[in-house]
Amino acid sequence: MQRRDFLALTALGGGAVFASGLAGCATRGAGNADFYFVQLSDTHWGYQGPANPDAAVTLRKAVATVNALPTPPEFIVFTGDLTHTTDDPAERRRRLAEFKSIVAELKVKTVRFMPGEHDASLDRGAAYKEHFGETFYAFDHKGVHFIALDNVSDPGAKIGDEQLAWLGADLAKLDKRAPIVVLAHRPLFDLAPKWDWATRDGAQALELLMPYANVTVFYGHIHQEHHQMTGHIAHHSAKSLIFALPAPGSQPNRTPLPWDASAPYKGLGFREIEAEAAGSAVKVTEYPVVRA
Amino acid sequence: MTTRGVDRRRMLKEVFAVVGTAAFTRSGIAQTATGPRIIEMTARRFAYEPNEIALKAGEPVVIAIRSLDFVHGMNIPELKMRLDLVPGRVTHLELQPKAAGTIDFVCDNFCGDGHEEMHGRFVVTA
Repeated sequence: MQRRDFLALTALGGGAVFASGLAGCATRGAGNADFYFVQLSDTHWGYQGPANPDAAVTLRKAVATVNALPTPPEFIVFTGDLTHTTDDPAERRRRLAEFKSIVAELKVKTVRFMPGEHDASLDRGAAYKEHFGETFYAFDHKGVHFIALDNVSDPGAKIGDEQLAWLGADLAKLDKRAPIVVLAHRPLFDLAPKWDWATRDGAQALELLMPYANVTVFYGHIHQEHHQMTGHIAHHSAKSLIFALPAPGSQPNRTPLPWDASAPYKGLGFREIEAEAAGSAVKVTEYPVVRA
Repeated sequence: MTTRGVDRRRMLKEVFAVVGTAAFTRSGIAQTATGPRIIEMTARRFAYEPNEIALKAGEPVVIAIRSLDFVHGMNIPELKMRLDLVPGRVTHLELQPKAAGTIDFVCDNFCGDGHEEMHGRFVVTA
């Protein structure tokens, strides 16, 4: 997609956010080009409650909206909390299977998944793995190195020594100026620890990432857009597709924002991300659940 | 990090002197007539009981915490300390507040549908 088309999309969808990142990448390899991917997060399939009386169809509507994007993304990633938690292992598997069936309607066939604590913390990822495979992994796309980190399978929100060692070994293969996108569910930095919006050993992951000049993190968990820098690393949280949460630390409790019947899906949505292998920037465009 | 955040942490260091924490078996609880006041607390999905504890500035206390059903966490971010509350054990949190203030604590081990509601606070009066 050309920048001209991106700007046209921005005018239609609104809410484009410019975020520095992937800056100063050295050279573009053969075959590398700008591309789009879509991030969806915190769908909480199985949730039933007043914060979203439309929960049974919200995900399906979002799938339809993604399918109607004028230019299909090259791939889609779900950054965790695919399902709402349950103590019942059979119900957990049923929710994961239903979620998988619904998102199979996405026209883009390269869809990547990650767990959230609602999917994985109560059984350390066992049911999630049965449906979606490994909880952390890396892949390359058109010159950008993507790293999906699991900071939820441990109920204490730890990445853990084994995964940190894997991260270090994965990064060691890269040039210090390589464009890197990190995907996670929880924030890797201490966004609001009193709301448990943190990763207990996230600082160790960020320490491993710091020597790399072009790192951008996309995550979920907090059910709202949020943008923050830790050093030169940009962190962008995504909206949810079930209910919105208050601004970090803005009130005593992290209770869902009430459903607004006059503005259904207010505060919900997904995003499209333009990644530039050439290294000048990442650009984020936010979309509502349903587009007019 | 904001200036406000730095001031907040500095204030909290003055509010609390954390003597230390220890975990013992239930039979290992030591309590003497001259020792600190012991305040019992339980943790269960999805609440601490009590979830608001009144303390007096200058008084040393021990919070004796029993988890009834899960390895809940107790994170006290402003004090930069956290505990795992293991069922079958009593975890002791020793505090000596120095000045009035309020400080939050939260379960930071995901414990199920309701985890987000599991939190509490110490309220210290002069």
